[in-house]
Amino acid sequence: MALERSEVEKIAHLARLGLDEAELPHTTATLNSILGLIDQMQAVNTDGIEPLAHPLEAVQRLRADAVTETNQRAAYQAIAPAVENGLYLVPKVIE
Amino acid sequence: MQWETVIGLEIHAQLSTQSKIFSGSATTFGAEPNTQASLVDLAMPGTLPVLNQEAVRMAVKFGLAIEAEIGRTNVFARKNYFYPDLPKGYQTSQMDHPVVGKGHLDISLEDGTIKRVGITRAHLEEDAGKSLHEDFHGMSGIDLNRAGTPLLEIVSEPDMRSAKEAVAYVKAIHALVRYLGICDGNMAEGSLRCDCNVSVRPKGQEAFGTRAEIKNVNSFRFIEKAINHEIQRQIDLIEDGGKVVQETRLYDPSKDETRSMRGKEEANDYRYFPCPDLLPVRLEEDFLDAVRQSLPELPTQKRDRFQSQFGLSVYDASVLSASREMAEYFEQVQQACGDAKLAANWVMGELSSLLNKDGLEIEQSLVSAEQLGGLILRIKDNTISGKIAKTVFEALAAGKGATADEVIEKEGLKQVTDSGAIESMLDEVLAANAAQVEQYRASDEAKRAKMFGFFVGQAMKASKGKANPGQVNELLKQKLEG
Repeated sequence: MALERSEVEKIAHLARLGLDEAELPHTTATLNSILGLIDQMQAVNTDGIEPLAHPLEAVQRLRADAVTETNQRAAYQAIAPAVENGLYLVPKVIE
Repeated sequence: MQWETVIGLEIHAQLSTQSKIFSGSATTFGAEPNTQASLVDLAMPGTLPVLNQEAVRMAVKFGLAIEAEIGRTNVFARKNYFYPDLPKGYQTSQMDHPVVGKGHLDISLEDGTIKRVGITRAHLEEDAGKSLHEDFHGMSGIDLNRAGTPLLEIVSEPDMRSAKEAVAYVKAIHALVRYLGICDGNMAEGSLRCDCNVSVRPKGQEAFGTRAEIKNVNSFRFIEKAINHEIQRQIDLIEDGGKVVQETRLYDPSKDETRSMRGKEEANDYRYFPCPDLLPVRLEEDFLDAVRQSLPELPTQKRDRFQSQFGLSVYDASVLSASREMAEYFEQVQQACGDAKLAANWVMGELSSLLNKDGLEIEQSLVSAEQLGGLILRIKDNTISGKIAKTVFEALAAGKGATADEVIEKEGLKQVTDSGAIESMLDEVLAANAAQVEQYRASDEAKRAKMFGFFVGQAMKASKGKANPGQVNELLKQKLEG
């Protein structure tokens, strides 16, 4: 399996990466070399082997349902570019 | 052409935990913007999620209640998309290994039949924040209080065939999550939201038509209207030679129409992958046992018990078990008066119309279960007639007495059962209507039967409804025939 340039453009758009004309061929080649490795792994017979969800042989620890956070809005918003009435302001997202 | 509708629903139920699914922030509704958004919720670099045990327990509770396979090892995945109210750039959700697998739920339809609806899966995920598009100098305001609130997304099979069935299903899910105490079901506050997948196909055709998804419909009434509108839109479109496009649509209640959300769909490629920040969740047998032990009596179990224990019809039993509050009220009335049939009739009749009239929920009822039970006792022991009972009920609702007995006493509504008193009252009535009495006596059997009602009416009026109707009938007959 190999990626076409158009597919790389699409993935870049989904990831909001602005790749310019010069970067596209290089990125396509790099991604394809990763896919080559995956092809190699997929050639291995994995019948009867449980898929791995996480590389660590461990299970998730759960926490008790308790409120442990206090209101730190002022501190968190001190580094925000724009706030108003306690809201974070961002460029308008609908027309 | 005859069309058949196919509907599948995705319901998002907000789990009523104290804290968020992956952080220790509070989940209280209506707090000041961003006062319940911690570093984890804001997706600050270096933070890691820690899963809330209660959210898992609630999801399992739901799974056991719909007799589903529980994902003994379930895995969180990232659903990737960009939107300002999603700070991480992905929603932590579940994909291939959800906590709840295939199950089912039985719903009661209007004609009294029971339909089994398949539930494909239910998975845990986090809610996003809220975007406010009012004018902030050409910018949008973001409130992240809701970001990270635990949701259970319940996905049904495409088993519903009409808007009414879809509403019955949503109501059944609504009742179930409230019975289980895992979601407050407040649709106005968004605690229960519904996406409707709707398609049509020629009757008899096996393959599904192309579906449209109506997003975020937030009341039972709007679900029915939105689906019916969408069905008609699709049929009109196909019959005019057009084609249904697979897309997301929004329902506008003010115009009663759905419209396309084109544009948002373009990036609908979520590139799910297992979340490396969270390990697989393993659920042990003793955990599942403990949750199983904690299950309350469920709506369908209650419905069956109301039928077998009290001899109620399927319909009555379904209505009375539809919500936990309704069922509890009914059982309290039943206990107070010892008569399930009368209790059912009063709760579904007078009480429900009073609640509807005032737009109240049963837990806000102006007449308590004890008061209604006490009232029914007085009907049973003949202190009052069923008709006077309605007067007493209204008086109780208006706060004109603490108990039915007090109202009956104060308003002098006690039924007259003294035959001497009834007789003299009847004599007066007959004397005042001498002409009709003569006419009655001259008439044949069929005509008499019709006229008899007139005298009963006059007698009840004369006694202000207080005379025992049975005695009035009997004595009146004697007097007229005699």
